[in-house]
Amino acid sequence: MAKRPLLPPFSVSLAGVEDAVREGLAKTISCLAPLELSVDEAGTVELVLAEALNNVVEHALAETNKPSKIQIQGAHCARGLCLTVIDHGAPMPTGFAPGAIAPEVDVATSEMPEGGFGWFMIHTLAQDVQYARIGTANHLMLRLAVGL
Amino acid sequence: MELTSSKEPHLQIVTVQGQRIDAAVALAFKDRMRAITEGGTNTVLLDLNQVQFIDSSGLGAIVAAMKNLSPERKLVLAGLTPTVDKVFKLTRMDSVFGVFPTIEAALADLAK
Repeated sequence: MAKRPLLPPFSVSLAGVEDAVREGLAKTISCLAPLELSVDEAGTVELVLAEALNNVVEHALAETNKPSKIQIQGAHCARGLCLTVIDHGAPMPTGFAPGAIAPEVDVATSEMPEGGFGWFMIHTLAQDVQYARIGTANHLMLRLAVGL
Repeated sequence: MELTSSKEPHLQIVTVQGQRIDAAVALAFKDRMRAITEGGTNTVLLDLNQVQFIDSSGLGAIVAAMKNLSPERKLVLAGLTPTVDKVFKLTRMDSVFGVFPTIEAALADLAK
């Protein structure tokens, strides 16, 4: 397969509210247009990023209760696409990104999980997931094996 | 989040008239599903042909709809587009729901 040209680094900014997530995703996907990602690859990027942004809005920023922006930094490299999600919300309570445990679905219908899939999907679809608290900001670094 | 409903013998088809079931509309989807299926007795076939994207909140809302219908009624799915299919396979929820490639396939199977 022919190597795709490296994409210049890009940055997308969105308001840290639920209703801005769709637009942030759409902007990021449009920045990736030169990579000509397959439907499968684009789906992977959108899913991982959607879960990361939803987590920021629903947890980190929900606790601070003041308007705040989220920044997405993207860079394309030989090992894929690196996305960093930066917010100025509350830190991860444990200091680490939650793990990749899949909710159990072999259970009675009444016990079927309605949540808890977000971090599992992030870990399963991304090659690397790293979290760091830098100053007053959360940095979630994600590497995806797309655009190779 | 618009849902429309049509009736077949022994089956109610609910069609999602939108491209996304995500965190922004998950609650509305749950409410609309509850309202549109209220009072019925048949299996519900959820037509996802137009839906290009669901996130974990959307998935949770579909699971909630299934739980709300049970134990009397079943919820089955048809028309999963590639990214929606990916989410169901990844979370193994494809083993929980009856999943059909098309509405026609679901109708043929459920008529048996």
